Amino acid sequence: MNDTNKNNTVLRFMTCGSVDDGKSTLIGRLLFDTKTILTDTLSHIEKTSKKRGMSALDLSLITDGLQAEREQGITIDVAYRYFSTGTRKYIIADAPGHEQYTRNMVTAASTAQLAIILIDGRKGMLTQTKRHSYIAKLLGIKHIVVAVNKMDLIDYDEKKYQEICDTYRSFASAIELNQPEVSINFIPMSALNGDMIVERGNSMEWYKGPALLDILETLDTLENLNQSSLRLPIQYVCRPRESENKELHDFRAFMGRIESGLLRINDKIRVLPSNHESSISEIRIGDKLLDEATFEQSVTVSLHDEIDISRGDMIIHKNDELSAIKSFTATICWLSETDLTPNRTYLIMHTSRTSKAKIANIHNKININTIEKEETSSLKTNDIANISFKLAQPLIVDKYTNHKGTGAFIIVDETTFHTVGAGMINSID
Amino acid sequence: MNKKISHLDWLESEAIHIMREVAGQCSNPVLLFSGGKDSLCLLRIAEKAFRPGRFPFPLMHIDTGHNYPEVINFRDHKTKELGERLIVASVEESMAKGTVVLKSKDEPRNKYQSITLLEAIEEHEFDCCIGGARRDEEKARAKERIMSFRDEFGQWDPKNQRPELWNLYNAKVHKGENIRAFPISNWTEMDVWQYIEREKLELPSIYFAHNRDIVKRSGAIVPITEVTPPMPGEKIENLTVRFRTVGDITCTAPVLSEADTIEKIIMETASTVITERGETRLDDQVSDASMEQRKKEGYF
Repeated sequence: MNDTNKNNTVLRFMTCGSVDDGKSTLIGRLLFDTKTILTDTLSHIEKTSKKRGMSALDLSLITDGLQAEREQGITIDVAYRYFSTGTRKYIIADAPGHEQYTRNMVTAASTAQLAIILIDGRKGMLTQTKRHSYIAKLLGIKHIVVAVNKMDLIDYDEKKYQEICDTYRSFASAIELNQPEVSINFIPMSALNGDMIVERGNSMEWYKGPALLDILETLDTLENLNQSSLRLPIQYVCRPRESENKELHDFRAFMGRIESGLLRINDKIRVLPSNHESSISEIRIGDKLLDEATFEQSVTVSLHDEIDISRGDMIIHKNDELSAIKSFTATICWLSETDLTPNRTYLIMHTSRTSKAKIANIHNKININTIEKEETSSLKTNDIANISFKLAQPLIVDKYTNHKGTGAFIIVDETTFHTVGAGMINSID
Repeated sequence: MNKKISHLDWLESEAIHIMREVAGQCSNPVLLFSGGKDSLCLLRIAEKAFRPGRFPFPLMHIDTGHNYPEVINFRDHKTKELGERLIVASVEESMAKGTVVLKSKDEPRNKYQSITLLEAIEEHEFDCCIGGARRDEEKARAKERIMSFRDEFGQWDPKNQRPELWNLYNAKVHKGENIRAFPISNWTEMDVWQYIEREKLELPSIYFAHNRDIVKRSGAIVPITEVTPPMPGEKIENLTVRFRTVGDITCTAPVLSEADTIEKIIMETASTVITERGETRLDDQVSDASMEQRKKEGYF
């Protein structure tokens, strides 16, 4: 709340771990030490800490959740928290770490640029650490921070810390997490005492690396736009025909958010699936005219030629090789309490386009504790599997590893309209 | 070329995308407009999302009948300026129909807005209400979806929300059910003020420091109006105050402040030590779970 800088950039990160790892204390500490917690919240936490018989302030109470959760003493859902420094606005997705909540981890990871994987220094790497790392890799998170917490309970022992780091490194190679484009940082910390989170503390002089906030503040999150192709899915077509303004009578503009790449005035473009070609005559956000627009900007564009475009179409550069397809293979996470029924029809929502889909083949499911492939004929909640789909209407897709925005989709139950699955496209058949 | 847009541009862009998804997916949406600062940000976002076209939805105010006149005048002025349609759904009409029954004549009416809202949704067959709620306002909101599913009774079931991944929003509903869409979910109070400053948004005058008759009652500043008279023995003072939120008179309190410009409000917000709701919402202080409870009952 103490930051008035108008030109912060946004960094979204997630925390993976269970309550026992000190995850809530870590988040509480970040918010507390960056002065995001205000007096009334703090006095409330003081009261509750006392009521529960604790001598010090219990910072984990800051992220204390819903009544329903408090009654059960567990976290059942992803919570979003915010803090700001002079450099960045941070959005934390706080995901519960129990095995039955894989779907929450997947949800939190879908929008995260960085994942903090918490390890209890007393316990070292656990099955859940592997699970969290695998999900981070699956969802394409490029920055991993392995936080070895509770160093205060192992006498701030450097040797024990190094052992945990080594074990993690060999695991990371085994699951091929250690790719050139992925950064993995290790930090020893005590969330309880606030060591190596915002402040360095005095207990770990042997550690020369950055504290957690230093990593967050200096992380290079720039997208290399030259390497990614333009993807502009159209959400809405503006045709103000009924307008009293005669000049607007023939006005047509196409609205959407750039999912990837860079769009410039006069760029030669092609529209999918129709393959009509034209060029960009105008790019605007509100009444501000732009020469170019980039990744994550919601724009309104006009074309030099009058061509038919509707919601669900996609604008790409003219010579880009991309076409609408009717089958693909994807890794999916099943989110619903109701099992997947292999011979049912589902809806796939992808960019601004929706298609009916049938399952052509369930190749295998992945045991996320062992990362081994297993045979299966159906899927239950939290299952992760490789599936081939057949589509009723064509979709304009990329591989998820190339373009998140056009490689991701959700699966919707045709009858209940619930979101039952999430998918990442691996290959176009 | 490497580029990263500023946080205000990012938040605005996300909000525009969400509004266009509502317009693309829903057949009869509505935007809830109170005249308050958060809903004024929504209007600017709607302009950026849909101009030069008309908004693909009307605006709707759930009117408790207990409003500061400055806010109502501002609401009407703003609607006229935009040239969009305003629906006013009145809690007093629900009282006349007998669907809202107050426990006592002067009971705060905020919680009854839910009933009037649900009646308006049914009458106009709205399938989506766009609102200005933010996740940083209150802890029951921290887990709220951007597109929040409500059943036929307008109920929010925290255990039965649709998972929301990437920027893919599922706004599909059956007849009778509806979606509450919150385009500025990821904004903080500071983001809202910075956006107001950047966009030079006009605000109702009560957001700025002004002189007002008040009494101090159990730690809060209570403005003296027709519906909130002083209690016996209370001393009326005339102090310089401003409002951090606007809502029903009976449950919105001002704070002591000399901030009479947006810049000064931002400086004050930056150094403030009390959360927005803790300071000025008399109805949230009742219990730890009061917002969660009201949301389950259909509050937005």
